[in-house]
Amino acid sequence: MSENIIEIKDLNKSFVSEKGHVEALKNVTIGIKKGDIYGIIGLSGAGKSTLVRCINLLERPTSGKVIVGGKDLMELNDRQLRSERRKIGMIFQHFNLLMQRSVIDNVAFPLEIAGKSKKEARKKALEYLEAVGLSEKAAAYPAQLSGGQKQRVAIARVLASKPEILLCDEATSALDPQTTKSILTLLKEINEKYGITIVVITHEMSVIREICSQVAVLDHGELVESGSVEELFRNPKTEEAKRLVYSGSTHVLSMTSKKVVRVFFNGQDSYEPTIGNIILETSTPINILYANTENVNGNAVGEMLLQLPDDVEKADRFIRYFEEKGLNPKEVKYDADSAGNNDDN
Amino acid sequence: MLTQQEIMMIIEGLRDTLIIVGLSTLFGYLLGLPLGIILAVTDKDGIKPNRIIYKILDLVTNILRSFPFIILLVVLIPVTRAIVGKSYGTGATIVPLVVAAAPFIGRMVESSLKEVDKGVIEAAQSLGAGNGTIIFKVLLAEARTSLLVGATIAFGTILGYSAMAGAVGGGGLGSIAIRYGYNRFQPQILWPSVIILILLVQLFQILGMRISGKLDRRKK
Ligand SMILES: Nc1ncnc2c1ncn2[C@@H]1O[C@H](COP(=O)(O)OP(=O)(O)O)[C@@H](O)[C@H]1O
Ligand SMILES: [Mg+2]
Repeated sequence: MSENIIEIKDLNKSFVSEKGHVEALKNVTIGIKKGDIYGIIGLSGAGKSTLVRCINLLERPTSGKVIVGGKDLMELNDRQLRSERRKIGMIFQHFNLLMQRSVIDNVAFPLEIAGKSKKEARKKALEYLEAVGLSEKAAAYPAQLSGGQKQRVAIARVLASKPEILLCDEATSALDPQTTKSILTLLKEINEKYGITIVVITHEMSVIREICSQVAVLDHGELVESGSVEELFRNPKTEEAKRLVYSGSTHVLSMTSKKVVRVFFNGQDSYEPTIGNIILETSTPINILYANTENVNGNAVGEMLLQLPDDVEKADRFIRYFEEKGLNPKEVKYDADSAGNNDDN
Repeated sequence: MLTQQEIMMIIEGLRDTLIIVGLSTLFGYLLGLPLGIILAVTDKDGIKPNRIIYKILDLVTNILRSFPFIILLVVLIPVTRAIVGKSYGTGATIVPLVVAAAPFIGRMVESSLKEVDKGVIEAAQSLGAGNGTIIFKVLLAEARTSLLVGATIAFGTILGYSAMAGAVGGGGLGSIAIRYGYNRFQPQILWPSVIILILLVQLFQILGMRISGKLDRRKK
């Protein structure tokens, strides 16, 4: 037995349609530990949704194994599969609530499936609505709620079936940044409070950075890189990973031809006014092209792209300063050809 | 003006029409609803695709739908006689009406159910819902307003057919309109009968739309 609650082995999935043959997943192998928040990132069309739908067999893989909680899902019959699915919750980009049911009856739905009476189901449902902070909307209908509220209802509904795993397919992609943050916070709470393993599918690096501890990069159906989130941000190895990590910066780069360095922050460096100090010291302004410094699992990590002064001496002075501060400055070579490839989001 | 007797006749005609159309709609749904459900479920992106079942039902439905109703009336005379015992009158009108309405209703139910968001069905599946639960608690429940609008249309169509059935010995207002209005040329009977038929369609139309609007929770 392994300690992984989800074990995906040599997974292949191809679609055959009128337009031809699509290999959506190629030999994907992933192990996800119990209690983790595991991110899967990739551009649109990379195969993320297909992969996550293979975890609860909404999509049947062409070949390979899907082992969840020690059970090989492909070996199960219909009834056994349905009972396993109750342990694997899923939330979606477009919430997928029952529009003709009130909020509370949406949450009661999985309880009804489990055979509870309507009255009992409603009573339990109210508890879960309270857990996501929406009990006052119990009698409302989904159409009357905001996007963030709808996703909260979807989360309450999924909690009602007491899952061990929660799959989130672009769960925050339809939400504004503020709401995204609050939903991600809720997911983190759920992970800690109920010990639910969470798999987060996204095309946004900021989501991975915000809540994930482990991450896998999917590109054209292939898993190209995986490991801890800190490691990926500090040292992305593959082209695809780099492109995703700097997705916000390549656009900016295309606007400049001057000398640009990338600096990294880790630990307390983020809390010092490092950049401010050097600007004051040299009384030379520099241009912050891109900054993304955030809290990753309690450690402040991040990066900035800084455009240095044209004056070579002054530029060197900045680089030396960054080195002293342990910011590991690297000059960034701008590649005009790869810049336009990230307009996916 | 109309005599007491003629007024009584029109009222009885109205009663017969309501019985004929009501029962035909009822039996039409008894057959058409399961038909529509099976069509929606077994189609290639349904919850349990089955090519063979879908193709067979699809073909039968199309054939019955493309029969002109007036031909169906005649073709079905032996069947009607076998079921009702005679081939004319109120009861006898119901048989061809049901046969004509069921495939039509089946198609409307199919299309209503196919409007239900695939994502919602998927969410239910991910929660461990079986096909029975999905049919009753997701498909039929989520499509209820569309189904009700469909029922209103079905009622209007069956009412129109029932008038046609009047031409070949059926009962109800249609039959009165044809027998007195057309065969004996008595416009004072023809027009009230026709107007009542029109009002009836209008009434049910308005009622159906109202109820379905009231039932729809998708609005803010
Ligand atoms: N049901 C399907 N039929 C045919 N092709 C599909 C189907 N679902 C997904 N695909 C294809 O598989 C690839 C991966 O899709 P998807 O998993 O949705 O990507 P992502 O979620 O990363 O955007 C795409 O090329 C897509 O067109
Ligand atoms: Mg997707």
